[in-house]
This record gives sequence, C-alpha cells and structure tokens, in this order.
Amino acid sequence: MEEELQPEYGPKWSDQRVERMLGALVIFVVGLLLAMIAVVLIRAWPSFAHNGLAWFGPGGDVDDELNAISLSGQNGTEYVWTFHAWPLIWSTILITGGAVICGLVSALFVSVFIVEFAPTWMSNVLQPVVRFLASVPSVIYGLLGVLVLVPFIGNQLITEPQKASVAGVISLTGYSLLAAVLVLTVMIAPLMVSIFTDGLRAVKPGWVEGSLALGVNRWRTTWKIAVRAARPAIVAGTVLAVARAIGESVMLAMLSGSVGFAPNPADGLIFIYEPSRPLAPTIVKNVDQLSSKPANATLFAIAAVLLFSAAFCSFAGWMARRAMRKYGAA
Amino acid sequence: MEPLSAPPPIRRLDPQDPIPAREVVLGVPTNGNGAAGAPAAGGFTAAKRSIAAPQFSIRRMEVDKVSIHYGAKEAVKGVSLPIRQGEVLALIGPSGCGKTTLLRSLNRLTELTAAARLTGSIRLDDVDIRLIEPTLLRRRVTMVFQQPNPFPMSVFDNIAYVLREQGSRRTKKKVLAPQVHSALQRAGLFEEVKDNLDHPALKLSGGQQQRLCIARALAAEPEVLLLDEPCSALDPQSTAVIEDLIVKLRDDVAVVIVTHNLQQAYRIADHVAFMYLGDLVEYNSATRLFNAPAQERTREYVSGAFG
Amino acid sequence: MAPSVATPPPERPQAAPPQGKAPTKAVEGSSTWSMLDRIGLAFCWALGLLFCAIAVAIVVYLFLQGVKFLKLDQLTTPAATGFSETETGGFSDALIGTIIVAVMGISLALPVGIAIAVWLVEYGRPAPLARVTELTIEAIAGIPSIVLALFGTVIFSSTALGFLSRSNEGVVFGRSFFAAAAMLSLVALPLVVASTRQGLESIPRHVREASYAVGKTKAATIRRILLPTARPQVATGMILGLGRIIGDTAIILVLLGATQNFAPVEGAVFPFDYLRGAGTTLTNFVYEASPTGNLNQPQKAYAAAFVLLLMVLGLNAAADLVHRRARKAGTWSH
Repeated sequence: MEEELQPEYGPKWSDQRVERMLGALVIFVVGLLLAMIAVVLIRAWPSFAHNGLAWFGPGGDVDDELNAISLSGQNGTEYVWTFHAWPLIWSTILITGGAVICGLVSALFVSVFIVEFAPTWMSNVLQPVVRFLASVPSVIYGLLGVLVLVPFIGNQLITEPQKASVAGVISLTGYSLLAAVLVLTVMIAPLMVSIFTDGLRAVKPGWVEGSLALGVNRWRTTWKIAVRAARPAIVAGTVLAVARAIGESVMLAMLSGSVGFAPNPADGLIFIYEPSRPLAPTIVKNVDQLSSKPANATLFAIAAVLLFSAAFCSFAGWMARRAMRKYGAA
Repeated sequence: MEPLSAPPPIRRLDPQDPIPAREVVLGVPTNGNGAAGAPAAGGFTAAKRSIAAPQFSIRRMEVDKVSIHYGAKEAVKGVSLPIRQGEVLALIGPSGCGKTTLLRSLNRLTELTAAARLTGSIRLDDVDIRLIEPTLLRRRVTMVFQQPNPFPMSVFDNIAYVLREQGSRRTKKKVLAPQVHSALQRAGLFEEVKDNLDHPALKLSGGQQQRLCIARALAAEPEVLLLDEPCSALDPQSTAVIEDLIVKLRDDVAVVIVTHNLQQAYRIADHVAFMYLGDLVEYNSATRLFNAPAQERTREYVSGAFG
Repeated sequence: MAPSVATPPPERPQAAPPQGKAPTKAVEGSSTWSMLDRIGLAFCWALGLLFCAIAVAIVVYLFLQGVKFLKLDQLTTPAATGFSETETGGFSDALIGTIIVAVMGISLALPVGIAIAVWLVEYGRPAPLARVTELTIEAIAGIPSIVLALFGTVIFSSTALGFLSRSNEGVVFGRSFFAAAAMLSLVALPLVVASTRQGLESIPRHVREASYAVGKTKAATIRRILLPTARPQVATGMILGLGRIIGDTAIILVLLGATQNFAPVEGAVFPFDYLRGAGTTLTNFVYEASPTGNLNQPQKAYAAAFVLLLMVLGLNAAADLVHRRARKAGTWSH
C-alpha cells in the first residue's frame, strides 16, 4: 500500500540540478587529470619507444644527446632519438634525497619543538616564520642562492687544490649539489613542519598524559608516544615533500649548475661540490626546443617520469592521510 | 498538479474562527488529586506550572502505527499518537528509545541523514506527509534542536532567512520587518534584542540563542512545532523562560517536545508519551502518567528505577 | 603550547622547601633529564632559531637590496633593450603581468574549487566518485608545475583552444595570459578545495538541519548558510592560492613567454589583444634578470624580488588577519 503513494510534488528540481551540475564539474576535473596523463604519455611515447629501458641508463654525454635531438628536429634531417637520462635521474635522486633527509630531521625537531617544548612566545614566532618560509617564491630562493650562497661556496668552501683535482672533468664554481640541497631543504622543510605539527596536535592527550603519569619525562614521552602516534602525518608530510622536491624546477635550474653530469660519490667529499642538473630543470632549460619534434617527445618523456614519481608520492600521501583520519576518529 | 512555486494553502487556526466541532476534543480532564497528590509517585513535588487546562484542542497530526527501521534495527515500533493544537505533548523515555527518531520523522528530517525506512503513516491535517513536498512540510512542521544553532548572520537575518524565497536575498528588509518583529515577539525575545537586530546572532547568550531558534521556527507560521530537548544545553533560568514560552505557544501551534527531564515534562506537558526501546509504553495525560501510571514500566521509570 | 600539567618526576626531593626563585610555570623543566635528552632539546632550540634566522635573513637582506636598487620609475617603465642597467628600463610590464595572472587564475580557481569542495562535503555520492575526486585533487596538488606547463602547451596550441593564444606569429606553444592563467588556476585549485572543505566540515550537522527544518532546500542552505559560514576558510584558501600563483615561475616561463614586455596581438579588441598575447611576470623577470638568466641584471633582479617579497608578505598578513578575525567571531557551542 505504501508503494502506491506518489508525492504530490516531486523533490525540488533545483536541488537535483545543482547536484548534477556540481557532479558534472567534478567529472570534468577528474577527466582533465586523466587527459593530462594520457597526453603526456602519448607525447612521450616515441622517446621511450626508441630508447627502451636504456632511456633510464647511463651512456654518452646527456647534453650532447639533447643538442643532437633538437638539431635533428630543426634541420629536418632524420630524427635522432638517442637519450640516456641517467645523469639527470641520478642528480634528481641525490638532490631530492639529500634535501628530504635534511628536511625530515630538521622538520621533525622543529615541529616537536613548536608543539611540545617551545615557550608560547617562541612557538608564536615560529609558526608565522614557517608559514613565511613556505610561501617565498622559489625564484627568490634561486636568486638568493645564485647571488649569495653560490659565490660563498665557490670562493670560501672549495679550495684551489680541490678545483685542480677535477679540473679535466668538471669545473667547480659553487653551483653544486650542496647549494641545491641546502636551498631545497629550506624550501621543503616548512611544508613538512606544517603537516607534522597538525599530526602531533591531533595525538590524543590521554596517551601523552598516561605516559607522563608513569614518570617518563616529557622528552621521551614526546618521541616515544606522540611522534609514534603521529607517524601517518610524518609519512604524509614526507612524501608530499618528496613530490615537491622532485618537481622543483626553477630554483634548481638556477642553482644546480645545469650540467648534464652525474656527481660521483667515489670522488670523496668533493662530490657535494660538483654541479649537475636534475630532470625538472632540464625541461625548463630546453623549453625553446619544444617545436622540434624529437625534442618535444624527449621533454614529455622527462615530464612523464616526473608525473609518475609525483603521482606515486601523492597516492602514498593520500593513503597515509586516510589512515591518519581513521586513527584520529578512533 | 500545481506548479511548484504555489504551495497549497496552509490551514490556519484563526482565533476568531469557530472551532469545527468534530475536531474539538474536550479539555483534557485534570485529575482531582492533581499536583497536590504528587509525592506518592516519583516524588513530583514540583508544582505544575500555573497554567489553566487547555481551552480546546484540535487534532493536527496523527501518527498511525509508525515503525522506523535503520537497516535491520527497528528504532520505532508501531507507535500511534495524536498531536493536537492547544496542548503540549512530551515524549519521554531513556536514551535510545526512539523518541528523537520519531520526532525527526514528523517533518521527514530522517530522510536526510540515514536510510531510514518508515512504515505506517503520519498524517498532517489528514494528508499523508509523504505526499507533501518535503520543504513545504518542513515549513508547516518546524523544529528546534538540542544545541542552539542560530545561523552565523545577524539576528534579523536569521528570521528573515526563513521568510525569504529559497536562496534569495532580494526581499527588502522593510517588507519583512513586521513579520520578523512578530516572530521575535512570539518567542519573547523582541524586547531584549530590538535595539540590536543587526548584531551577530552568535553573540547572544545561550538562552537567547535558543529563543531565537524558536522565533525562527515560528516565523514560518508552522502548524506543529517540534522541540528536541530544547533546554538541555541551557542554565535553569533560561530553561524557565523557555518553558513559559512553550506553554504560551500551545494555543497557536501543536507543540511536541522531547525531553530527558521528567520534571520538565511534568511542568509543561498536557499529554505525555513514554517510550521504551522503540515501543510506546504509555500515552496519558501528564498528571495521570506521573502520578498514577497505568503501566508498571512507566511507574519504574518515573520513580527513577531505571533510565 | 606546552601542556599545563605535568606530574612531578619522582626523584624530585619532596621535603626540601623551594629555595631561591619559585617555579613560575607548572611545566616540567629539563633539569632532571639525562644528558642525551637535554642535547636533543638544545638541538630543537638551535633548529628553531635557525629557521627564524633564515627567515629574518631573507627579509632583511632583500629589504636592504631592495631599498638600495629599487627606483620608483622601475615600477612605471617597461623593460627595454640596452647595454647597461640604466638603459634597460624597469619592470612595469612584469608587475602588471603578475597582477593580471593572479586575478585571472584565482577567478577561475575559486568558483571551481568551491564547487568541488561543496560537492565533496555536501553531496559526495556515489562514494567511489568522491574518493576518485579526492585523489584527483591530491594528485593535482602533487603534479610538478613544469608538467602542468607542458600539458598547457598541448591544449592551448590545439585547434580548439588555439584562438586564445594567437600571437602575431601564429600560435607559439599556446603562449598567452589565458593559457598561463588557466594552468596556474590548477596550481591554486587544491588549496582552495582543501581550505573550503575544512570550513564546510567544521559546521555542525545540526546547523544544516536547522535550515532544512524551516523548509529550505539543500541548494538554498549551501548558498545562504554554509558558504557564508565558511567564508574565512574560503578566503584563506584564496590567499594561499594567490600566493602560489604569483610565486610560480615554471608555468610562466613556458606558457607566457621569455619576453620581458607585453606582446599584444594586433587587431584584437582591447583587453583581449593583451590577454591573448605573450607577456611576463615578476617571477619571470627575476629569473631572467638573475645571473643565470638572459638579462643578467642582478640589481634589477633584487629590486623585482623585493617587490615580489612585499606581495608575499602582504598575502601572509592578509591570511593572518582573516584567521584572527574568524577566531574572534562567535561560534556554536559544542
């Protein structure tokens, strides 16, 4: 009998229409992302197809290869595709890894400090400072790095004998792994701090109090209980920082030295003074070659690698944050 | 079918109108023993509010064998109740007994939150509420919540929000002012806020906020007013003010109140329904239910044996 | 920030009356900690002070350089070709370009971001689509802007959208203000969504129900109650998004062009001739004027960087103001 009841007025159509319009927009944005992934992959495919797995491997001078690729596209001669990106990948790994490790350690200590140990005035100062550091445009970091840090490294830290020792291979001018890592650390650490502090604040006070009540001092309690409980936030912040570091292009284009050279740890301590060029700045430096067909494909191939590393990081961060929401609700 | 923009005329009870005879129920008989005989059952020493017995009462809503399921769980089991204008109906019972679910189903708010399935029928002026478009129904059966929840706008706009068209802000303040003022007056708030109508509503005190919510609910000119524990977040003084107000309102609208506070139910209600685990255990006049309950369970509950 | 209560460590002498100054705070001191713990705390202080020092150094250094090199006429004269820093004009085009890009980018990101946040919080069904959307927003936030820029070169040099980016020489990589602003809006989008979402989620459910309970539709409730309530968070998201837009360089380099002047398209109606053409922004100017760029005019790079920094500081201050005002306004008791 209930089934026969038909409302005299249907549900307000405007509500349904609003939901449908918003839904369409959401689907459009999702579709845009998928389109972007598809476009980048399609454009990148020729470069991957011609090189196979050797694309990721070492071999030859990567800058010469890029030049040859661009020229072949402009001169209308037969396209050249040979590209071995290992120096760029290795540079990305070194710079990202170095900056993330430095950033993780300092961000952990600073966020613990802000949440637990700093006097109120100090955390009131630190929070805006962190927000400010996170909002400074990367090109300003790059400019300061070029005009202040690089000359300092080149003139004060690197000794003449060190320069002479690698003179035949590469020249040490201050544009270096060290400069890139230091500045990148300053750029990504604030990002981590803001996520870490959110995580630490969300830790249930009961756990901390329970530990304090057992006579464990606050330092140990913080590290053993609060930091442990905030692990999902720490994972999330770290992977997001990794994504940001991998994608950073302009600052690194300015500071890394822009040479397709793979710094060699076997050179000893001196290798941190060696220049290189990660993947993202390579796109920036060669963007004028986009009109050359093989260069276009090569640059999109680099973009595809960046896109997938960043997407992987985002996905990992999203999973970690979902886990965090769950434990926050428990 | 009528166009959506023209709501069906809402039946109003004009005080001057003669009350249709067949709808009038006799004034609820007050027991001879009344308030004085209270202490025997449940220690109801508190005097019944000095209100006269209802002058009249008109059946506005009819809850007919209503059961509400949340998935497999049956929150309300076959409850039948009359809801009358001219009197205050209180729903009492221990937590989780289904009284709030029942209250929320009266204006179809249950549909918004969970996949609640309702069987039986609820009729408003003899029309099944499932046949009434929800937004229109909710203007005729308005609700006040446990937490005072004024909207984050000025006092005036809180009331005007109800009066304006969906999503519109075009109607001029001047046009709405009389209606806003009268709603505030009916809620007994006008004198306190008349100079500060443009102040943010969230700056009012808790009791004032709740009365503003009542004013907001009255601005829609409802036939039934639902109150879900309206005083549980308030201090005793504000509670007393709001109780006075509720009793005054009963001639204009049918009032249904859910409360945990038995003293309050006793003070202000004309009829009381006691629910337990989804069942309606007893429905009776307040004096009888508290002083001479017909059911053993009711007696235990009102004397504080459980719940 | 420190918890106000801490149990006194057991080893503290109970009977000894406090000598000298009485403890002013009920917070456990570090006096009873082991050496290692104390070194750790010292490390905390050192890093905290280092962060402050870096921030102060950036501001003070750029301020000094900016005061030294910034001439007011640089703000009003466009860049020119010349042999010395005195002949090459200022960066007025870059300044205006930054403003254009910021306004265009945010006016695209704001409505879309709000709509997505509303859909996620208030509708969010079917549930799998909601999860995919969340993930999409997260992914867009993580995509390097240089990849967005390359994607932009493809869609804005396509036949469908190429007309937005037609320069005098035809479509060059789809370079135009339209293209740059559209891609920059994607950079700002996740910030707007996240912030708006947070605002909407913090509104208690009973407030929505109160609106439904007086017969309002969901659409009316969202428009008149929920969005106005979440306004501070929307504003915060907008400010953060603006900061990201004016700070981005990669998209500008690729999609707006390496020129230092506006390159209006001939034969188009006024605003569109500029918007369809290539241009520049402050970030682009700083990049090109730095020693690694094509112009190599460090003094002007400092001056432009100083202006850029002032904008960032202004946005930070605005965000703080919004935050503080929102906290002052009342809210519902819980």
